[in-house]
Amino acid sequence: MYIQSTEIIDTFAEAFKMWGSRFIVTAENQKWARAAGRSVTGFATSVIGCKCEAGIEGELVPDQTPDGRPGVSILLFGFSPDGIGKRLVERIGQCVMTCPTTACFNGLEGGEMVVVGGKLRYFGDGYQASKLVGDRRLWRIPVMEGEFLIDESFGVQPAVGGGNILILGRDSRTTLEAAEAAADAMRIPGVILPFPDGVVRSGSKPGSRYKALPASTNDAYCPSLRGSAPKTALPENVRCVLEIVIDGLNESVVRESMRRGIRAAARDGIVQISAGNYGGNLGQYKIRLNELVQVSP
Amino acid sequence: MKLRLHTLPEVPLEAEVISPDCLQGLSESEAGTLPIFHGNRKVALSEFFELSGQVNKSDPLVELEGDLSRVKLIGHSMSAGRLVINGNVGAHLGASMKGGEIVVHGNAADWVGREMSGGRIVISGNAGHMVGSAVRGSSAGVQGGEIIIHGNALNEVGNGMRRGLIAIGGNTHDFTGVNMLAGTIIVLGRVGMRPGAGMIRGSIIAMERTEVLPTFTYNSTIQPDFIRFYLFHLRKLGMSIKDEFINGRYERWSGDSVELNKGEILMFAG
Repeated sequence: MYIQSTEIIDTFAEAFKMWGSRFIVTAENQKWARAAGRSVTGFATSVIGCKCEAGIEGELVPDQTPDGRPGVSILLFGFSPDGIGKRLVERIGQCVMTCPTTACFNGLEGGEMVVVGGKLRYFGDGYQASKLVGDRRLWRIPVMEGEFLIDESFGVQPAVGGGNILILGRDSRTTLEAAEAAADAMRIPGVILPFPDGVVRSGSKPGSRYKALPASTNDAYCPSLRGSAPKTALPENVRCVLEIVIDGLNESVVRESMRRGIRAAARDGIVQISAGNYGGNLGQYKIRLNELVQVSP
Repeated sequence: MKLRLHTLPEVPLEAEVISPDCLQGLSESEAGTLPIFHGNRKVALSEFFELSGQVNKSDPLVELEGDLSRVKLIGHSMSAGRLVINGNVGAHLGASMKGGEIVVHGNAADWVGREMSGGRIVISGNAGHMVGSAVRGSSAGVQGGEIIIHGNALNEVGNGMRRGLIAIGGNTHDFTGVNMLAGTIIVLGRVGMRPGAGMIRGSIIAMERTEVLPTFTYNSTIQPDFIRFYLFHLRKLGMSIKDEFINGRYERWSGDSVELNKGEILMFAG
């Protein structure tokens, strides 16, 4: 199947069952909300190396936040509710509570709850105070600038991680431009692209010749290894491959994000669009690229 | 189900049975036999009320019409559903309430929501003394839930309050938040004398300047985000909240130092 001159490979992205959380960070202005958002989602590209995957889902105007201030919505994914709870405590404690003027609120209704503010409150050293609004308990933690307000508990829900597309281009510039366009198109509510500005160049395969490593470079997609790796997945005219990884709160948003990405990336100079999988043996979701492309925009 | 007061009582009625919990599943005739007290005399509900319809299971609603200012204990121990009162209502409305919602289109007498633990009471007019308070001799008042009074309230709002929210759209009289254990009282108008006397924890938020007791200490003038959160919550519930309150700064006074000194009065400072 082709979109213009770009071949859409008849393959599938193999995605995994994960758990996801959404939280809202508000601040005096968008600058500080964004600063906290960037900080709390730093070093959260891959669950293998970072214990979680996180990103800014979007920016929020005052009407969309619980305290009527500008904010950002953040999604964070992990392999278990307990693991997400630990990451939230670490990251919100170090990156949001520390950031001037911020407050932090749960962004998911229902589902399982993990205690976050209820643990961070001890930073208040006995001066913390709680407030109960309906069934929602908030903690006021005194800080040098004033108070840090945070929900006691945050919701987590089953989610989908590891959706992906691979963009195989004739040269690095064209491939990077296609990846940037795809990443822009793929940012829809309910998904994040956890790698730097959404794009990853060091896609991995599971395992390594070195026992300590759980993953290593995806040699079949490295243009410089075309002659030395056991096999290559690259046509002769491909000199650069970039990947976009997608995590979402459910399968349908991941599929929609991928569909938009494929459409946006396909162009002259992009030879193929493919996807990473492990033969269908590891992930619970198989998202076929051809099915996505056949869906009307 | 609708209840209309057809005979004005000479002395107060005690009508604990008027709640969705007690009336659900009953026919008009069955509900009419439920006992209430007229003074010290036990009478049937139908002696004072005309009943029509039934309480719907999926949306348990009880509507009351008439001058109920001599009818006490409506919504007592209510746990779910809605009770809508079109007219003034007597004392102890929603006492010991656990859930659901009571809406009064009129004024309420004393002891609104005393010792309630959940649910919401909304009064469009004024309320009497002891809103959300503990009964005399009891150590704890409101233990949860919300009381929203759009008008004024009299003395001892939130006496012994332990948890929850009381919001007054107008003014309060003396001893607002006396002996508070915790919880939040927001007064959009003027607060009477000696607010927070004997309070242990909790917050009294006042939008007009008031004199505080000498056992309270000024801390700082701050912009606590939780006030914004509460005010937005109240705005969503239909209270009229000025933008200047949401974006304003508040003087924080901690006290009462004759107790734990962990309570606070936050006064709007512009």
